[in-house]
Amino acid sequence: MTKETVKTRPARYGMVIDLDRCNGCGACMIACAVENNVPACPEGVTDRTGITWMRVQKLSNGQSFPDSRTAFIPVMCQQCGDKTPCVSVCPQQAVEVDEASGIVDQMPQRCLGCRYCMVACPYHARYFNWWDPAWPNGMERTLNPDVAPRMRGVVEKCNFCHGRYQEARAKAAVDGAAERAVEYTTACAEACPTGAITFGDLDDPGSEVAQLAKSENAFRLLEKLGTGPKVHYISKRAWVRAAAGSSLAAETREVRHG
Amino acid sequence: MKHSGKIAFAAGLLLALHLGWRQFPDVLYSKADQPLQFSHKVHVEDSGMSCEDCHFVRDDGRFTGIPPIAKCAECHAEPLGATPHEKVLVEKYVATLTEIPWRVYSRQPDNVYFPHAAHVKTAKLACESCHGEHGKTENLRPYEQNRISGYSRDIWGPSISRISLKGERLGMKMDDCIDCHTEKKLRHSCLDCHK
Ligand code: HEC
Ligand code: HEC
Ligand code: HEC
Ligand code: HEC
Ligand code: HEC
Repeated sequence: MTKETVKTRPARYGMVIDLDRCNGCGACMIACAVENNVPACPEGVTDRTGITWMRVQKLSNGQSFPDSRTAFIPVMCQQCGDKTPCVSVCPQQAVEVDEASGIVDQMPQRCLGCRYCMVACPYHARYFNWWDPAWPNGMERTLNPDVAPRMRGVVEKCNFCHGRYQEARAKAAVDGAAERAVEYTTACAEACPTGAITFGDLDDPGSEVAQLAKSENAFRLLEKLGTGPKVHYISKRAWVRAAAGSSLAAETREVRHG
Repeated sequence: MKHSGKIAFAAGLLLALHLGWRQFPDVLYSKADQPLQFSHKVHVEDSGMSCEDCHFVRDDGRFTGIPPIAKCAECHAEPLGATPHEKVLVEKYVATLTEIPWRVYSRQPDNVYFPHAAHVKTAKLACESCHGEHGKTENLRPYEQNRISGYSRDIWGPSISRISLKGERLGMKMDDCIDCHTEKKLRHSCLDCHK
């Protein structure tokens, strides 16, 4: 919001995921779906048509035993900071980068369902609602009231748990929090049993996430494209870091939907 | 017979106006009474309660909205007076601690995020600036619902044409939120108000 009235400092939220700690358990995927009212998939869904804001993919080094190595990599919207491909292709202005938070906002209400952004996104982080969302009887009582369910015919994606961000802002309004960025964390970071995911304000040099993002083993996916993602990964393993520069297409078939 | 054309025209005009101004809203909106007649005047003016006794922003930033039946039970475990409305309250709701299914005039669509904390705490806006004189009312008007969208009539506002001669805010559509924000020089992104 404007400079005169803003009581909380703008932030640039980002994430660092330590791939050496990720064991591929998928707790983040579940926590994400529950938090953001992503419905269970209908029968016959493939990994192209199902909705997983966050998806744990499998990486392998392509060698055979005894040299074969595996790693898991959770991939969600990388919250590109520069040359955001989905923003520039959207004919509806249904996507924008929020100046106050750096979050790439997707507006399902405005989306006309052309799916151009899905083609443009180099991270396959965007999903289309091929069906109206449906919850098994009684399950709709577990819906999160801070997040509106989407409808058939629109695209959706990770927005760094925007509902939690809004609630954190409301709390800051009560606290009269001046001159500091709103603090909150995402559902996936909270759920990760190994603490692999760190979330916070990249613009705050003292924050853990800003420090980790600068560590020597940190990298971002497809950095060569210049999209400036705000999701960073860390791995001590050189082959994992190398894999991040290449396309993941061949590895995605393994994923199953529940 | 000289004036029959004019008379027919005047009658037609009146009929058209009647249909447009009086009948059309009934076609567009369905009406329903509130489950209980609640008087803000009795509680605020006559009993000295303040708005915050029943509606307040919690420490975690959330707005409590309409108070739960437990709040009413604090005073209405037994009838305090002899009005028929209070009898309904005590017998139908308080005795069984059943929540009253209020119809919320100002309820926004599901995809709208409205924080009372920012408006009431930070911007220090008075309740009246958005809700008018509801806090002083004695009777609850019928709740009107748009038959097509299912939204409360208060979102669009009472004037079907949305023309205001006095320049007051008409309802609480997206434009109405943004008009005030623009006046206050606020900038936003779509997801500030949407979820
Ligand atoms: C005894 C508790 C109590 C007090 C005190 C009280 N209210 Fe209410 N308020 C209610 C109840 C119950 C309702 C639901 C019925 C209704 O719509 O009036 C309500 C509804 C409202 C609504 C309407 C919400 C909607 O859109 O349907 C507004 C606005 C409101 N109150 C404002 C105020 C203001 C302003 C004050 C202080 C002057 C106040 N209230 C004091 C109990 C209270
Ligand atoms: C602080 C005590 C207090 C609380 C809390 C309270 N009331 Fe009352 N209420 C009163 C008093 C006092 C009267 C006036 C009784 C009388 O003399 O008739 C009253 C009267 C009423 C009446 C009858 C008014 C009329 O003129 O018909 C209704 C209905 C009512 N209250 C509903 C509610 C509801 C619903 C709530 C919960 C949201 C509530 N009250 C909470 C004190 C309270
Ligand atoms: C800037 C405008 C604005 C101001 C100021 C404001 N409100 Fe509201 N209020 C709204 C809107 C918009 C809604 C509907 C929110 C929704 O449905 O998400 C609402 C909803 C409500 C509700 C119904 C909540 C529910 O859904 O159960 C009550 C009660 C209420 N307001 C009371 C108050 C009181 C009391 C004050 C003063 C302390 C106040 N409001 C100040 C705009 C405002
Ligand atoms: C009467 C004027 C007024 C109206 C009407 C109004 N607002 Fe606001 N709103 C404000 C002001 C002033 C602020 C700035 C508060 C601050 O300084 O943080 C604000 C801030 C906000 C914020 C930002 C909160 C934050 O965390 O910074 C949101 C979201 C918002 N309004 C939503 C709405 C919605 C949705 C509506 C319509 C249903 C609405 N407003 C109607 C005056 C208004
Ligand atoms: C200041 C708050 C605010 C902002 C900022 C805002 N909206 Fe809205 N929007 C609302 C409110 C309140 C409604 C519901 C009332 C109505 O229908 O007008 C709404 C309704 C809508 C609807 C209609 C949805 C429906 O179900 O009827 C669309 C589409 C929409 N907004 C798109 C956008 C887009 C795109 C942006 C960003 C450019 C945006 N909005 C920014 C407050 C806001």
